[in-house]
Order: sequence, then C-alpha cells, then structure tokens
Amino acid sequence: MVLAIGITFVAFVLTQLVPGDPALSALGPVTSADPEAVAAYHAHWGMDKPLPVQYLTYLGNLLQGDLGVSQLSHQPVLTDLQHAIPATMELAFLSIAFAIAVGVPLGVIAAVRQNRASDHALRVVSLAGISMPTFWLALLALYVFFFRLDWFPGGGRLDPGTTPPDQITGLYSVDALLHGQWSLAWDAFHHLILPALVLAAFNVSLITRYTRSAILEVINDDYVRAARAKGLPEHTVVVRHVLRAALPSVVTVIGLVFANVLTGAVLVENIFAWPGIGQYAYQASLELDLPAIMGVSLFVAVVYVTVNFVVDVLYGVIDPRLRLS
Amino acid sequence: MSSAPITAPAAVPRRRRRARRLLSQPLAVVGLAIAVGWLLVAIFAPLLAPYDPLAQDFPLTQAPSREHLFGTDELGRDVLSRVIYGSRLSLPLALLLVVLATALGSLLGAIAGYFRSWVDPLVMRTTDLVFAFPAIILAMVVTASLGPNIRNAVLAIVIVAWPTYARVVRGLVLSLGDAEFVQASRLLGSSSRRTLMHDVLPNLAGPVVVLATLDLANAILLLAGLSFLGLGAQPPDPEWGSMVSVGTQYFQYWWMGTFPGLAIFSAVLAFNFLGDSLRDRLDPRGVSRGKHQGVA
Amino acid sequence: MTLLAVDELRVRVATDDEPLQIVDGVSYEVGEGRIFGIAGESGSGKTVSVLALMGLLPRGASVTGAARFEGDDLVSMTPARLRQVCGREIGLVFQDPLTSFHPMLSVGRQLTEHLRHHYGATRADARGRALALLDEVRIPDPATAFERYPHEFSGGMRQRIAIAGALMCEPRLLIADEPTTALDVTVQAGILRLIDRLRRDRALSVILITHDLGVMSALADDLAIFYGGRIVEDGPADELLAQPRHPYTRALLDALPHPESARGEPLRGIPGPPAQPGSLPSGCVFHPRCAYAVESCRTEVPELRRLGDRGLACPVDPFAP
Repeated sequence: MVLAIGITFVAFVLTQLVPGDPALSALGPVTSADPEAVAAYHAHWGMDKPLPVQYLTYLGNLLQGDLGVSQLSHQPVLTDLQHAIPATMELAFLSIAFAIAVGVPLGVIAAVRQNRASDHALRVVSLAGISMPTFWLALLALYVFFFRLDWFPGGGRLDPGTTPPDQITGLYSVDALLHGQWSLAWDAFHHLILPALVLAAFNVSLITRYTRSAILEVINDDYVRAARAKGLPEHTVVVRHVLRAALPSVVTVIGLVFANVLTGAVLVENIFAWPGIGQYAYQASLELDLPAIMGVSLFVAVVYVTVNFVVDVLYGVIDPRLRLS
Repeated sequence: MSSAPITAPAAVPRRRRRARRLLSQPLAVVGLAIAVGWLLVAIFAPLLAPYDPLAQDFPLTQAPSREHLFGTDELGRDVLSRVIYGSRLSLPLALLLVVLATALGSLLGAIAGYFRSWVDPLVMRTTDLVFAFPAIILAMVVTASLGPNIRNAVLAIVIVAWPTYARVVRGLVLSLGDAEFVQASRLLGSSSRRTLMHDVLPNLAGPVVVLATLDLANAILLLAGLSFLGLGAQPPDPEWGSMVSVGTQYFQYWWMGTFPGLAIFSAVLAFNFLGDSLRDRLDPRGVSRGKHQGVA
Repeated sequence: MTLLAVDELRVRVATDDEPLQIVDGVSYEVGEGRIFGIAGESGSGKTVSVLALMGLLPRGASVTGAARFEGDDLVSMTPARLRQVCGREIGLVFQDPLTSFHPMLSVGRQLTEHLRHHYGATRADARGRALALLDEVRIPDPATAFERYPHEFSGGMRQRIAIAGALMCEPRLLIADEPTTALDVTVQAGILRLIDRLRRDRALSVILITHDLGVMSALADDLAIFYGGRIVEDGPADELLAQPRHPYTRALLDALPHPESARGEPLRGIPGPPAQPGSLPSGCVFHPRCAYAVESCRTEVPELRRLGDRGLACPVDPFAP
C-alpha cells in the first residue's frame, strides 16, 4: 500500500520535471486560448499552490476516480485505461496460461532428469528463450506466419471494420462468447494467438528455469524419501509430494511473470498494434502526456499490490503452516 | 546416520581442478567464444566491414547477394556493415551501463547492509519502488522525459538496473556480518575496515560477477528495445534495435530486420550462457537470483 | 524362522573423486518376531545398509550382495516389485519425525496414501484403519488428528504417527532408524515401549538402528555392532552386552558413564576419530584406535568368525572367556 503511494509520488515528481504548462496541452490549442479555462484547469489541479498541496490534490482527485484528461486522446485517462486494460488482460491471460501449461511440466522434467541429456537440452533451450529479443521474435513470427503462410492476422484485435462485442468484461473473445457471437469470438481469438505466443516465449523459459530450481531445492528432502519408502509410484511422489512442496516458489515466479506481462508488454503490443496498456504507456511517453503516465503508474501500482496479495493468499492455501489458526 | 555429504581427500590441487571443470562446461565455452567474437568484431570493425555503414550508395532493398551478404536497406546502405558497426554501439554501451549499475548498486547495498540505521530502509524502499515497475516502462518514461537519445537511454537503464545489485549485496553483507567467521575475526581484533576488505568483499565477488554477466545480457536487450521504440539510438546510428524497428516497417524485405536481430540474439545468448555457467561455480547458493525481469 | 537374511551386502557410492565403499560385506539374519539391533557410530554404514535394502539410495550408489526377504532377494528385485515390498511388507520409520513428514499434506493423507495405493482401499476404509492405528499408538482424539498437519504435533507424537504409518499395511518387518535420537529423553522411553508392545501384539520383526547402547539393552533380542562399514561383532543382545569380546564393543561400553563410578573419575573415550568411508585404515578398520592391536591387525582384514551363537571379527580376541 505504501508502495502504491510511493509510486504515484515518484510519477508525480517525474512529471514535474518536464517544462511547460500542462494545461496548454491538456486543453488543446483552442480552449487554452481562453484564460478562464486555463485558470479553471489550474484550480482543479491545485497548480497555483505549493507542490505538496498539488500532490495531495492529485491524490484527492484520484480517489474520486478522476485521473485527469489525457493530452493525447483528450479523453479522461480513466476511460482510456478502461479500454486499454482489458486488451492487455486478454493477451496476458492467454500468454500466461500457455507459459504455465508448458513451462511447469518442462521444469519438472528438467529437475527430475537432472544433469542428464534432457536437462541439458532444456537448459540450452530456455537460455535461448530468454535471450531472444521479443521484437525480433515478433518480426520473425509475423513474417513467417502472416506474410508467408497467412495463418494468422498481422495485428490488431479484430479484422479491420469489425465491430467489437458489447463490453461486459472487455475481453473481446470472452464477450463475444457470452453474446453467442461465435465467429466474432473466433476472430478475436485468432488475433490473440500470435502475440500471446510471442509473449509467452520468454516466459515459458523463465518459468521452466524457476520451476526446475524450485523442485531441485526440495527433491532431496526427507519426506520425499519417506514417500518412496512407502512404495508409492514415482509419478505420485513427484506430483503429490515434490511439486507441491515446490509450489510456493513456483507461484511466486508466476506472480512476478504475470505482473510483468500485464504491465510491461510494450514491445509486443507495439508490433502487433495491440491497443493495450503497453502501447498506451509508449504513446504517453512519446508525447509526455503526464496524466496518462500517471495513470499507467497507478495501474502498475495496483497490479503490483493485487498480485502480491493474491500470491500471499495462495501461499496460505498451499502451505498449512502459514495459516493463522 | 546423519545426512552429511560424503567427502574424500582431494587428489588434485583445488585451483587447477576448478579451472579444468569450468572449461569442461560447453555452455561457458560457447558463450565465451561468441562474446570474444563480438568483441573482436567491435574492435576490428573498420577492417571487417566491407563498406561504410552510413554510405547510401547502393541499390535499395536488395536481397542478400555476393556483394551484399546481408542485403541493403531502404536507404541503400549495406546491412552487413551496419550490423558490424552496430557492435560498436550496443556492446560498449551495455558494458558501461552494467559497470555503472554494479558500482552504484553494490555501493548502496553495501552501505545499507553494513551501516543499517536510516540508510537501510531508505535504500530498501527505493529498490522496492523500482522493482514494482516493469523495466521497460520505467526506462521508457525516463528516457522520454530526458529526451530520446542513446545517452539518456543508458542512464535510464542504469536507474532500472542498480537495485538488483543493491539487494543482492545488502543481503550478502547482512548474512556475512552475522557469519561466525566474521565475528570470530572481529573478536580477534580486526578493525571494521579490515573485516570489510578481507572477510566480506571476497565473498561478494562471486555472486556480483554472475549478476553482472547476466545483467549484461539484459542490458543489451533493453538498450535494443528502447532503440526499437525510437527512444534510444537515433538515425542514422547503426544500432541493432533501431534496425529491427525499420525492418518491421519493411518486413517483406526480411533481411533488414532479421540479421540485426540475430546479432542481438547471439550477443545476449553468449552472456546468458556465460553467466549461467559461472553461476554454478561462483554462486552455488543462488544468491544472485534476485529479480529477473523480462523485456517484453 | 528367518525373515530376512542379508548376505555380503556391499554399497559403493560414486563421488567426484574416488568411489567410496560405505558398506563392505555385511551379513546378518533377522528372525521372525525378533528385534534385531544395529549399533554403531555415524559413518559406520548402518543407515546406508538398510536404505540399500529398500532401494532408497541416490543414483550414484551400487549395491551388491543379497538380502533374502521371505524368499525373494531385495537387491536383485525389479524396481516395480521392490516398490510393492516397500511400504507393504516392510515399513520404515526415519530418524527425524519433523522432516520425514510432508509439511503441506494432512496426517491422514500421509497415513493412508500407501494403503490406498497398495491395496486399492477406499478412502473410508483407509481412514478407519488409520484411526484404529492412531489409537493403538496412543494418539489422543484420532479423528481430529487425522485432519491435522504434522507441524501441529510435538516430536514424540509425530514419531508415534510415523510408526502408525509404517504399520498401516501390516508389514512383517519394521525398520526403525534412530527412532528416538531426535526426541527428548523423557519421550524416548514411551516410544521404545510402544515399539515393543506393537512387536508383541503383531509378531512383528524389527530392525532397530541406534548408536545408543542403552536403548539396545532395553529392546534388542539380537545385536550387531557396525564399524567402518563392517560388522565387528554380533550375537544375542544380552550376552553380547554383558560380555563383549570385540575391543570396539568393549570400549563403547566402557565409554558409557556409570552411575556407580567414583566421583572425579575421568570419562573413558575411545582415542582417535571414528573411521570414515574413503579414508578407512588398512587391515582391521579399528586397529588405529585399538589397545590390543598387533602387527597382523594392520595388514589382514579379519573375518567374522562364528563362535557358537556369537560372531567376532577379531583374531586377537583379548576378552575370550
């Protein structure tokens, strides 16, 4: 919580470093010619008052749901975020699901076959996976699967000219399904696959490596030997005993990866023209759109706090020693 | 019976054994070879590059051919030469960046861990703050605020990178401070400074070196990523990331983006291989794991 | 009737340098319904020898010899068949009851999983049996204990639960590796009494491993003394402890503090460190520390000679009656 406030503070400080009157760019060239409008803007954001007060004013407005108006889109930042966040979420969920489904089993295999051929091979592959520049992989993927093979679309969330489904969750594929619009759902999903896979490449490697080390850390514990002494088959020992003991560490990594994907998928979103948070942050940075940058920072803080909270809750579920009696 | 590891007397002097085993790790060898390869390319670029990287004299967007092994780009420049000269940008800058981040972070971390008091919470909160942000967002915003050029990009990445070192070094200093051999040494009369130099520092070196090597890989990626977004190197600099960016706009001319990206990939791979192999030797307790962030 | 006959069991472990011979030709027999004690210091190979029987050694270990259990040789058995024997016909209780339980699985789960695997018992049946056993090992309120987690119990209770777990499938043989070493002295007696009672109620055979000769004298019927990976002396426990013939055994007994000893009398230890695998002395492994060693002790490895119902690996035999 303190951290969240700290983040907004830092963002606030950063934006103060930029010269110029933000009112002029926020209101646009026409309105800012009107001194009264500019004065009103200044008053709203407490800009005639000392800095600490300005910051408090900002926080106050924040709590009322007012994140300011984006200089770029001339829309309330909150609205922008409401569009951008679900887009990234859709991408993040699919990508993470894939990364977990592939990464965790591979990590288990690498750990169980420690130092044998398959472990070494997986090590090389996962090192390659984290070495690959995401934008380069995206480029290659687009070239092969879009340009040459035409299996996947080249970007965007839907085919051009298609109307998105009415917003329930903001996740196009989910919303379309909820509305029974099958072909629309497929279109949305079809557009999701390539960016999600490119995004997953890095994360699969990361999850594989961390799962492997988490498992190696517990695999020589006494209770594993006790389980084998009971005559339990190896797969039961590995899944029910070893994996479960390693689960807290694995959950931690997944939490980190998830937070990272949700807030930092800038390059992938850029290449695939995906209108998510990453893209929003990028454009905000280019234009030095202060309210938007602050809005993104806030989002980052919220994600961070939420993910930490969820991970803590999961710890309690997994490890009974951590539960309060 | 206790589960203590079974040890046997060493037949071969320890240092020679260690060196032999390090070289027997194929990953380390491959990584080192590639890294040295790129180092040589960077040093001898003027001799190796067939043409001037900035010369726009050649036919536009030609596919790879015998005259132009990597083809030409949209302004008629030889891609191979640009890739070769690109090593003179990415590698030294990444190295500089890591050195700065290591120095700054280790110093702050050591101070925080050794002297505690109010310094420690301050440093910790600051690292928490930086860690909460994904690297690229923070780097992006800082670079944009300061003005998009490669110098600011380097600065931004240093800001993003130093906390990992601070955390690791602080943790090590704390645990070493409590370690029995340090306390014993102080009881025997070592001064504070001597303890620091003789007992604490040598144990820090291993994990920090591993971290720095892996960070070098990350730095190259991040630097290329920022340049890709237009926030780092500016045209006409032959930076690999910006070359891939241009390649994205012209992706039917696949050679424009593929080869620079391959360069990035190979350099990053080299340092990841090297760092990972070093980790087994220099940091067996995995202290340097820290927080690994991706560039996505 | 012999339940388990171990014959020239050898265990060698590969390391970065030389391979280590941890168990070097051990042979003994465990009778039905008898408690067989294995005594020795750390490094003597006593735990590794029983782990070898159950196939629980890490990958770099190679086991030779034979261990005939109810007719089948455990050493040459297929892993699948060995997995059937373990847990079902042989139960194992480990030294540290804290670490040998999975911290995140309930006691009930850990008690019933092997019963359900080996016999396909239903959850209700397995639970019923577990509750009965928990009661037998004197755990209060078995129904609640079943749902709890290992960390919620004291060390002594955990060990009792571990013993219950080892007996779930009605094994013929129970192997207890230092079952009381990690427990308070006040709790130890209770565990030992429990093992004895269970043995009598079920006609169970027990292999009891401990370095504590006091525990041995209380429980063991037969006893084997391990040193440096070999058996130096064996025989009926009472006889052996009353009249030890191997210098090592005698020195061990002498080292125990006696309540009747005079005040100020120094404790008698055994000079020198215990033999460790990888740096075993030549000839008789005990000779550097032995007060009765002669020249041949340094060069010749003594055989375990049978002298009536006793075994002795000492050609010097200084305490022969």
